[in-house]
Amino acid sequence: MTADLMMAAAQGLLALFLAPGVVGLVRWLKARLQNRRGAPPWQPYRELRKLFQKEVVVSRHASWLFHLAPFVVFASTLAVAVIVPVLAVPLLVDRIGDLLVVVYLLLLGTFFLALAGLDPGSAFGGMGASREVTVAALAEPTLAVAIFALARSAGSTNLGEIAARTTADPLSAVSPGHLLAFAALFIVMLAETGRLPVDNPATHLELTMIHEAMVLEYSGRYLALIEWAAALKFLVFFILLGNLFVPWGLARALTLEAVMTAVGVFAVKVVVLAVAVAVLETRVAKLRLFRVPELLSASFVLALLAVTSSFLLR
Amino acid sequence: MLLFLKILKAGIVTEPLAPGEPDVIEVAREVETKARRLLGRAVAIREVDAGSCNGCEIEITGLTGPVYDSERFGIHFVASPRHADLLLVTGPVTRNMEIPLLKTYEATPDPKIVVAVGDCARTCGVFRGSYAVVGSVDAVIPVDVFVSGCPPEPTDILRGILTALDRLPKRKRRRDGT
Amino acid sequence: MAPELLLLSVAGYTAGALAALAFRGMVGRALVAAGALGGSLATLALGAWCLATGATLVFAAPWLPLTGFALRADSLSAFFLIVVGLAAAAASLYGFGYSAHYDGRYSLRLLGAMFNVLLLSLTVQVLADNALTFLVTWEVMSLSAYFLVLTEHDQAGTVRAANWYLGVTHAGFAALIAAFLVLAAGDMTGSFAAMRSVGLTPGTRNLVFLLALVGFGTKAGVIPLHVWLPMAHPVAPSHVSAVLSGVVIKMGVYGLMRVTLDLLGGGPAWWGGIVLGLGAVSALLGVLYALMEHDLKRLLAYHSVENMGIILLGVGAGLMFQSYGLPALATLGFIAGLYHTLNHACFKGLLFLGAGSVQYATKTRNMEDLGGLIKRMPRTAACFLVGAAAISALPPLNGFASEWLVFQTLMGGALVPRPEVAIGMPIAVAMLALSSGLAVACFVKAFGITFLALPRSTDAARAREVPASMQVGMLLLVGMCVALGVTPFLVVPALSRALAGLGRIPVTPIGFSLHLPFSVAGVTGEMSPLLLAVGLALLGVLTAIVLRLLADRRLRVGDTWGCGRIGQTPRMEYTATAFAEPLRRVFAELYRPTEDLSIDFHPKSKYFVRSIAYRSEVQPWFERLLYTPVLSALRGAAARVRQVQAGSLHLYLAYLTIALLVLLVVARWSR
Ligand code: SF4
Repeated sequence: MTADLMMAAAQGLLALFLAPGVVGLVRWLKARLQNRRGAPPWQPYRELRKLFQKEVVVSRHASWLFHLAPFVVFASTLAVAVIVPVLAVPLLVDRIGDLLVVVYLLLLGTFFLALAGLDPGSAFGGMGASREVTVAALAEPTLAVAIFALARSAGSTNLGEIAARTTADPLSAVSPGHLLAFAALFIVMLAETGRLPVDNPATHLELTMIHEAMVLEYSGRYLALIEWAAALKFLVFFILLGNLFVPWGLARALTLEAVMTAVGVFAVKVVVLAVAVAVLETRVAKLRLFRVPELLSASFVLALLAVTSSFLLR
Repeated sequence: MLLFLKILKAGIVTEPLAPGEPDVIEVAREVETKARRLLGRAVAIREVDAGSCNGCEIEITGLTGPVYDSERFGIHFVASPRHADLLLVTGPVTRNMEIPLLKTYEATPDPKIVVAVGDCARTCGVFRGSYAVVGSVDAVIPVDVFVSGCPPEPTDILRGILTALDRLPKRKRRRDGT
Repeated sequence: MAPELLLLSVAGYTAGALAALAFRGMVGRALVAAGALGGSLATLALGAWCLATGATLVFAAPWLPLTGFALRADSLSAFFLIVVGLAAAAASLYGFGYSAHYDGRYSLRLLGAMFNVLLLSLTVQVLADNALTFLVTWEVMSLSAYFLVLTEHDQAGTVRAANWYLGVTHAGFAALIAAFLVLAAGDMTGSFAAMRSVGLTPGTRNLVFLLALVGFGTKAGVIPLHVWLPMAHPVAPSHVSAVLSGVVIKMGVYGLMRVTLDLLGGGPAWWGGIVLGLGAVSALLGVLYALMEHDLKRLLAYHSVENMGIILLGVGAGLMFQSYGLPALATLGFIAGLYHTLNHACFKGLLFLGAGSVQYATKTRNMEDLGGLIKRMPRTAACFLVGAAAISALPPLNGFASEWLVFQTLMGGALVPRPEVAIGMPIAVAMLALSSGLAVACFVKAFGITFLALPRSTDAARAREVPASMQVGMLLLVGMCVALGVTPFLVVPALSRALAGLGRIPVTPIGFSLHLPFSVAGVTGEMSPLLLAVGLALLGVLTAIVLRLLADRRLRVGDTWGCGRIGQTPRMEYTATAFAEPLRRVFAELYRPTEDLSIDFHPKSKYFVRSIAYRSEVQPWFERLLYTPVLSALRGAAARVRQVQAGSLHLYLAYLTIALLVLLVVARWSR
């Protein structure tokens, strides 16, 4: 039990401290793909350290909610990171929340961030908040149905359970339902974490922003918390994609050997996904805001096919 | 696929930053050591066009391209002064931009640095004496480094920024001398 | 114990009603509130007592005319008594402060008396044990609600709303009378006990089900029978709206469960399918219409439609699984529906009270005129925020606990090996997910535009925090939202007892611990909102402490960043309409917005604009499509009936004579 809880805490901390590096890795890969030298992958750590040491400037129109939101966003994302299986399954924390809890915890962060965007009364913040919740709402059905697909083949919405069942039945990992659900979740990941083609994480033009426009007012340590939470959310989606669909390498018992293997395999999965995102972001252009629903409905159709195919093929 | 073949063939095109003529960069104020230490390798820049002819902007745009690649020094441009550490100001300050420039300066959290780019930013250049112009950038907000040139080359701008951050050892020695 | 509690609650309501008639002003308001509060607390206690002890209270008054009055509290009634008591207690406390501004403008007597009558009828409603009692109470409930809706009779739209409500609710009432007549199958006592045992043919049972669905559907505001709801609920005084949305529409759920599950004992799978489908459509369309509203209370009223949909998703799934012989899943479905019923009563009550506070302080419900209230009314804002988070199903609040259960139930549909279920369930899941996602969007809008940023009107700028009694009313419900959210391990077993008391499905006791695990053959899921809440709070506090120790602590207050513009005015803020614009474009097919743009140019040059007028409205085409034919048919029928009702006394006397003769002949003939 103690070992179990310590493992959970270690997982959470690992995810927390790895997250900025993953964002940095994607940026570095993108720079290389643009024939640039680029900043090293650990650049985001420097940026976070800098932000934590800077002053905070707050609008005079902002209320207590503006000060509360970064903490809610950070804490909820961190809670998700503790729940999801990073290295080992099944852990006791599995019982705190299942896949649905993960989705709604992330939504909790979005809710507060959107409110904080509206709080200082700037038009940019309102615009960002409006777009962010639109995208989040439209991504929701895909998420739910993809969860349905996973749950029906695993017989459970518990994260550890899903990973364990797929390990036990390797063939199910290449079943059409599984692959379709993976594709659907991948698209949702792009939308939810504000990557191309839904949102450009490097944009400077307010009118094209989604996520960035909401946090235009934040500075210093608050901004650091929000950026860190965003990076963590990105990693959480990597973990979901990597460990629920391709659960091999996860430690089934808490031995040193198993955990070391898990760390190694986890690193490989993260790098592979980071390369995929970087290549994709080099290849595609940002979609017009009102084309995003089309992308999301495509992902929904994929998810729906995933569920029905697992029924038809059963 | 073709795209990625081309990427592979081209390789990395970023050029190393060659030292240029020293007189292009002029240090106006000593940057605090604390700021220097803190912003060493992670700088967020907010660009403010205070009334330039946009010549300087074109050169600044070059910074983010593959050849000059400011990102390798941890320098990137941001969308809000709230996120910024360094204001990159161009052009003479026009009447319409005087208050916005001040507001941008106020909106930037401490520690912050101001780099004024282009001849206009220091002397108002060809626009001097115009009714529409208030004055040089340092007449409105405190400037740390001036980069001269009309427009200055991207290399110079980059060096100016790095000087402000006190990064290139060569510059450091030079400033110690002044 | 139980009879005394019932007596106490009836006495409380009656005293409250009488006090309203006898006293005026402050004393009157206080006595009305005291009576209602006492009555509702007794109701709450009665429900809790019956549920806890499993006692059934039976009370009959057969000496009354016709079939007499009969009351019986079983476990299902007990649960609904709790719902009534909770929402009513908060609303009555709140009503004391809130009705102050009605003094001298509208009839406080009518308001106070009818409020108590409504609560009384609600209490009796769930206890009714024969058709007559049920129907009479139903009508009393509908009529008292009608008078309450009419309180602000001189405001535009109130009378129209009340009339719509009256019309639709009576159409539903007619369906209910028919349903009970068929169900009684000639047994003129109309007692529920007799109805349970009577064996009807499948066809008749289907008829009863459909009639009941229409009758209870109108009350529940199920789409397409919802039109009256967004009209009537907003115009009522806010504490009444809280009761209307929190409890009165729940009587639809109660009735549906009582008739289909208890009296009929369940039916074929398509019953569940229809309820499920209606639930999914109501959930989605309800929230989509809510998004387009900028009247705060109308927005909430549309959300009632949405949440009734979610409840029906649970109940429908329950009915369906019951007929497929999956009792464990069926139980889960009913529990999910009931849980959401209770939760919705709490958070929707809270939100209506919050909206009432806003209206009290600013005299407007239009969100485009509000803003910045978080600084002027911090406590109301905090309460509303909790309600908004709860209704958006955000963990660890109560909305999440019940939506999670609904999700799990629907996912259980994977166990039914039928293609229509295999296709239908994922779609239901998707619709539920979409509507909960949109609910988040909608409540970011509702809270953000109303409470955050700068005030958009002088009224909003001058708002002041509401009196203590109103705050206490809201706080009570805030407490319930949190408590119900983190304690599903207590609530769910209680609900399964409420179901078990009916004896219609074998409720398997599930081992509930601190978590909310459930394992039904093949489908499992676990979560623990309590641990989650503790964890979130810990992580948040820990972050704050670490930040305090390690990070820079400087904080400077400056202007809002607006690209260096000179000043900031409320006109620069995002409006409610603008906020919902992306979604309006995405769902343009549903809204079919009309846009009307007129620009007034300067006569000399069209580069100068004098004024721009822009109007845009959402078309309720779907309602028009449904209701226009019905209304025109009604009008046509009314015109024909007018010929019969000519206003001539002689003619009426002739009708009477003919009727009497016919009756005599029939009586003679049937002997
Ligand atoms: S320095 Fe030259 S290029 Fe730059 S703004 Fe002035 S005139 Fe234009």
